Amino acid sequence: MDNAALLAEIPRLRRYARAMLGNRAAADDLVQDTLERAWARCALWRAGSDLRAWLFSIMHNLRVDQLRRPNMPIHSFDQDDFEVPTRATQNDRLEVQDLESALRRLPDEQREVLLLVALEELSYAEVADTLGIPVGTVMSRLARGRERLRLLLEDQTSGVNLRVVR
Amino acid sequence: MNKLPMTEADLQAWVDGVLPEMRAGEVEEYLAAHPAEAERLCAYQAHKQALKALFEPVLDEPVPERLRALAIPPVAVDPQKRRFLERWSLQRIAAGLLVAVVSGAAGWLGHAQYQAAERQAQVMPLPRQAAVAHVVFSPDVRRPVEVSAAQEDQLVAWLSKRLGTPVRPPKLGAIGYELIGGRLLPGNSGPVAQFMYHDASGQRLTLYVTTENTTNRDTGFRFAQEGPVNVFYWIDGKFGYALSAGIGKSELARVATAVYDQLEHK
Repeated sequence: MDNAALLAEIPRLRRYARAMLGNRAAADDLVQDTLERAWARCALWRAGSDLRAWLFSIMHNLRVDQLRRPNMPIHSFDQDDFEVPTRATQNDRLEVQDLESALRRLPDEQREVLLLVALEELSYAEVADTLGIPVGTVMSRLARGRERLRLLLEDQTSGVNLRVVR
Repeated sequence: MNKLPMTEADLQAWVDGVLPEMRAGEVEEYLAAHPAEAERLCAYQAHKQALKALFEPVLDEPVPERLRALAIPPVAVDPQKRRFLERWSLQRIAAGLLVAVVSGAAGWLGHAQYQAAERQAQVMPLPRQAAVAHVVFSPDVRRPVEVSAAQEDQLVAWLSKRLGTPVRPPKLGAIGYELIGGRLLPGNSGPVAQFMYHDASGQRLTLYVTTENTTNRDTGFRFAQEGPVNVFYWIDGKFGYALSAGIGKSELARVATAVYDQLEHK
């Protein structure tokens, strides 16, 4: 693996992890774990293949592992319950918070597809590869995630504060 | 020409602008006739843009040092050294002369003193030895171990004989790690053993066992970080144990505790 190429991917990994987890420290921990695992497995990386896709799939697998492990403190990633209320002085800031908290309430599997498409602009086939799922599943998660996000944001703007049960 | 029925996948692909031009046109006709659908898809597009805008600033944040450090290979492969080696072929006569002069001078200046210093420099601390062994062998796909877990009895007998004392790999199946096998390695002054394990996701960890300890009587748990490899190590009489893996400290501590418990109650 090329150091410069790897270094160049870090900002994107951080952005995706931040969007996925919503918590800066946890996101950077995930990026760190991803890089560590990438080095541990650099023998498995085929030179010339897509480094970014490989790193994203490592990150995805790490996250799956973490979610599977019962004693990992994954609940702390859910910031909804701990968010300190801040006095919003600007409308756009308020909207940003709405969007972020709505994003937090999406199921993981929908959020990751949504973010890979929106932030990374991966093709559906690339998303399928990265997550190790069929393209059809990518499409249905994308459709459901987008619709859920829309409904959540509609709820918020109409002032109804329904708690969505996962 | 007959139009294909409109699917949700078509609509999503339209939102992402990845439909072929003709099909995109058909979607737009459909949306013109279905304003509620049009509103829905426009909301999706708006949310996509908003998400991008929301997280875009992360790209411009300075990368924390701990992450930046991980863009560099964990052990060895010093770029300075590599560049030197590439140039070496062009300068080998000069380099050869330099080596001759330096070693001649060193020998002449006092070989006793020089040898003592050199021997001391070769003694690597336990966690570093273990981490290097981990980094060298754990990424190996085809031959990570010399003797596989399928021949565990042979492995135990062989390593015990070579180390001159009974050694046995702890069983970590209960905490999700299966033995892959083991190998014999050179330590600071004699043979050491390495056992390798992996979990269901393929994450590997290695247990490094030395019997070289002569002075230190410490039995406490210690933690060290060698590049991306985390190491828990402890010393128990003449035995030194080091557990290495590229996993988080807390997870590794959990495994180390299990290993320690088994070795204590053997």
